[in-house]
Amino acid sequence: MTDATMSSVTAPSSAPLGRRGPLGSVLVHAGLVAASIAMLYPLLWMISASVRPEDEIFASTSLWPSSIDFASYLRGWFGLDVSFGRFFWNSLVVSVLTVIGNVVACSLAAYAFARLRFAGRNFWFAIMLGTLMIPYHVTLIPQYVLFLNLGWVNTFLPLVVPKFLASDAFFIFLMVQFFRGIPRELDEAAMMDGCGPWRIYWKIMLPLSLPVLATAAIFSFIWTWDDFFGPLIYLNDMNTYTIQLGLRTFVDSSSTSDWGGLFAMSTLSLVPVFFFFLFFQRLLIEGIATTGMKR
Amino acid sequence: MAAVQDTAVVVGAGANGRPAAQGRWASIWAKHGAGYMFLLPWLIGFFGLTLGPAVASLYLSFTSFDLIRAPEWVGTANYVRIATADPKFAAAMQVTFLYVMLSVPFKLTFALLVAILLDRGVRGLTVYRAIFYLPSLLGGSVAIAVLWRQLFAGDGLINSLLAQFGIEGPSWISHPDYSIWTLVVLSVWQFGSPMIIFLAGLRQIPTDMYEAASLDGASKFRQFCKITLPLLTPVIFFNAVVQTIDAFKAFTPAFIISGGTGGPINSTLFYTLYLYQEAFGNFRMGYASALAWILVVIIALFTAFSFVTSRYWVHYDD
Repeated sequence: MTDATMSSVTAPSSAPLGRRGPLGSVLVHAGLVAASIAMLYPLLWMISASVRPEDEIFASTSLWPSSIDFASYLRGWFGLDVSFGRFFWNSLVVSVLTVIGNVVACSLAAYAFARLRFAGRNFWFAIMLGTLMIPYHVTLIPQYVLFLNLGWVNTFLPLVVPKFLASDAFFIFLMVQFFRGIPRELDEAAMMDGCGPWRIYWKIMLPLSLPVLATAAIFSFIWTWDDFFGPLIYLNDMNTYTIQLGLRTFVDSSSTSDWGGLFAMSTLSLVPVFFFFLFFQRLLIEGIATTGMKR
Repeated sequence: MAAVQDTAVVVGAGANGRPAAQGRWASIWAKHGAGYMFLLPWLIGFFGLTLGPAVASLYLSFTSFDLIRAPEWVGTANYVRIATADPKFAAAMQVTFLYVMLSVPFKLTFALLVAILLDRGVRGLTVYRAIFYLPSLLGGSVAIAVLWRQLFAGDGLINSLLAQFGIEGPSWISHPDYSIWTLVVLSVWQFGSPMIIFLAGLRQIPTDMYEAASLDGASKFRQFCKITLPLLTPVIFFNAVVQTIDAFKAFTPAFIISGGTGGPINSTLFYTLYLYQEAFGNFRMGYASALAWILVVIIALFTAFSFVTSRYWVHYDD
């Protein structure tokens, strides 16, 4: 949202197609503003519904509540047998561990692919790209059987351990692309000075790769925070629920009774993602523009 | 390849015993060891979590397996039943294809239109872009699915809005003819990320092409048809493939909006939702494995088809 973000990706767009008269310009803005309002209206309505008195929620289509009342937040927070504090904490633990796993494991593999010479490198690289195409459904059931037999169901291990084994190969690819852009002279100079691959990885590659590591970390966090399928399968004990599972249970248990509480908790669940959107928008948008990520 | 050659050379040289052999291993290790050390976590994951399970699920797809008793070999019975005697599979295929065919074109058209509007040096581009991108970022969460379920309920926000114009809307989510459309709208609402990719693609088009065209007196519409669209086809192709694969795999919104049932009358029974029900509702793990492999084949066929046909409409520079 800052001016710095505005100028960075925007610059060269003075295409000749763009010259319009003042009337055309007003029309375009009118259209864009209308579209923006239509896009945001449901979100804003949900937020306003979460602070409305319960009886007003369905009576009104306006975004402005007649009075502000945070009671639904309290009701929602303690609306299930386990409080939402627990769900938020669980989501935070899973997401942070996932971020660490992805950044560490994927950067290790990416360094090997981008910089080290070893027999079979191109073969393994092709295999790694191939795994990007495989829908996870193919490995789903045997993985479940494996984790069940290891006694990992109802723990966070099935959600986290694969990340430490670089299972999100997409990030390997992202990092390989970035590492290749770092001048080789740097490693060669370090090698002359007697640095081994570990020191080069740690002292040169990682410090120079903070933008890509941050992009990987932020997308890891958001995707894990929003993930529903993994927790749905592996977490059955309410004490281990993540926020997404908590919300789902809330919908099922109180679908018609406590909409205020449900919207309050839904709104809260979006806050961390919104935070990343607000402060790291440039990284997110560049990440999508350069790699074609799906969200 | 290099390893094989090295070994051959060293074997020839090291006929005089152990120290040379040790040296050989040491030199192989020095040359290739570091690479494999860095790759080790990924290699373990690849064999343990991808290749192994993929082979296992192929095997399981020919068995009957309920997690309790050992898998029992049934030959092609699962596949035969899927193809001939499973109305829910047919319903799931129909719903999923309908969803893909509706959501992807609408989403991409919208994304492209907005990208073109934004590309023409609009003031406040980043603000608009941020607003349009936000739904893509939030859209995968349960909270948004919950919101959607309310928006399109019989007494939901959409019907309240329609009522102000004197229109009495149905309960969209519980009517089998309309329920899929609520999911399509949800997908189109998240047009932001393909829009960003389109914007990046539009920037790649050299401006002097437009200048030359307007000197020649080409109208803007003609410029769009003859310059913008052809040069953008690689990006359109990319977005179409990515969004289609993603649409085949959609799960959360249908699960939340239908309460996990895929109803009403299977009208939101996404393929993945059916797979989930079979595997984790009915514990037919063998049958669900067969369903998973069919999904893989469908996605692979679709991707191959896209690449083959792309030759006829995607324009590459060289």
